[in-house]
Amino acid sequence: MTDDFQDLELQLLMDAVKARYGYEFAHYARASMMRRIRKHMEAAKTDRISDLIPLFIHNKAAFAHFVKDMSVTVTEMFRDPDFFQALRKSIVPLLKTFPFIKIWHAGCATGQEAYSMAIMLDEENLLERCQIYATDFNENSLKIARSGIYPDADLALYQENYSKSGGCKSLDQYCSRGYDSIKFNGRLTEHITFANHNLVSDGVFGEMNLILCRNVLIYFNNELQDRVLKLLIDSLRSRGILCLGRRENIRFSEAAGLLETVDRHQRIFRKKA
Amino acid sequence: MPVPAVSMVERLVVIGASAGGFSALQTIFSGLGTDFDFPILVCKHLGIGDEKGLVDVLASRTGTTVMLSQDKLPMYNGCIYMAPGNYHLQVESRDTISLSIDERICHSRPAVDVLFESAADVFKDQVTAVVLTGANSDGAAGVEAIKNSGGKVVVQSLDSAEVKIMPKAAIETGCVDEILDLEDIAAYLRRS
Ligand SMILES: C[S@@+](CC[C@H](N)C(=O)[O-])C[C@H]1O[C@@H](n2cnc3c(N)ncnc32)[C@H](O)[C@@H]1O
Repeated sequence: MTDDFQDLELQLLMDAVKARYGYEFAHYARASMMRRIRKHMEAAKTDRISDLIPLFIHNKAAFAHFVKDMSVTVTEMFRDPDFFQALRKSIVPLLKTFPFIKIWHAGCATGQEAYSMAIMLDEENLLERCQIYATDFNENSLKIARSGIYPDADLALYQENYSKSGGCKSLDQYCSRGYDSIKFNGRLTEHITFANHNLVSDGVFGEMNLILCRNVLIYFNNELQDRVLKLLIDSLRSRGILCLGRRENIRFSEAAGLLETVDRHQRIFRKKA
Repeated sequence: MPVPAVSMVERLVVIGASAGGFSALQTIFSGLGTDFDFPILVCKHLGIGDEKGLVDVLASRTGTTVMLSQDKLPMYNGCIYMAPGNYHLQVESRDTISLSIDERICHSRPAVDVLFESAADVFKDQVTAVVLTGANSDGAAGVEAIKNSGGKVVVQSLDSAEVKIMPKAAIETGCVDEILDLEDIAAYLRRS
């Protein structure tokens, strides 16, 4: 790669994309972004980032493909079982004190995390009192999330995670199986609203008791992390709970002062009163 | 944990290892001492959950500062950063590491290729990449990226590798500067 002007080219590309399509990727974390850009450069057989500018501007399909790449959808049910165990142990009792509970999964990808939450709440007899919002800016992922249909081959991992998280049933009870796929029951779906929301350009979500935004901030640079963290905190009720991904941290963020730590290892925080 | 002196990161060492890598890393870290003047980023394939133990044991047995990586952690000379299970470890900038959960590469997350490619991207010719024992061809593409940006590539000799597939795949790229026995790698890193 001839890259003396790599940073400049990257910035120009992001400016062009924003001017043409309105997507703001300028503050995404550089390393992950460069991986994707390099892949698109290889496909376009070019060794300059700036060569992608005319391609993305004139070829909507090529840009759509890039957007799809930018919204990584890797997720699973009950990812990090000990996190869900901690939720059950220390957050569920708190939720039980509320007459009505609003929960937001920001960056829900294909929805597995939201279904995991619904199952856990159901087992704690809380689901009836809950409204779960699950949002992402990737419409393809949301489509899968809404359908509640996943490959049957993934069920074994999901079951293992679920059991490790303290679940004592069989996930079979929450879904129907057939055609190499599983489909979650309407009883769960009823309490989940899937919606398109872009954490970079859309606003506050409002008055949540609990927000999960796991493994999304890692794709943003420090400046954007800080901005989005503030948005999340603004969307919480006083003393509301915020959960981040297992390897994310708020230590270097200005907004950290607005939170207190509930569980350092599991990255569970509470909005200060 | 000793607090490292804050000084500019001038150069970087990245290490990839898989099967058999634990004891190989121990040998290298022990040989490095505690006063090396570069950060080391390590991608060792592992099952989820063993990482904490791995880091603690490596730190206590070798006396070096070994940390489990977190997203956007600053990196310091003289410290070793291990990739956590189920995340890719990347070089984000000259003084920061980052994580991602992008697709697995060669069935692995963390993947050596991801670490090496991001290191080459940021540090160009100021990075040395080391490929150790492993039963996977992860790292071969990364080695090429390091070489193309002018960095140095060191591979553990097949004779000294517990599992030869990973070093062999690296050697076959033709992008390797040095093939060294395990015992000689620490000294090479300190010198270069
Ligand atoms: C790796 S997934 C995390 C899924 C899930 N929370 C988990 O931890 O398993 C990251 C998600 O963040 C979403 N994302 C990235 N940028 C976003 C943005 N600006 N607004 C909303 N979602 C975004 C991606 O589309 C992707 O679905």
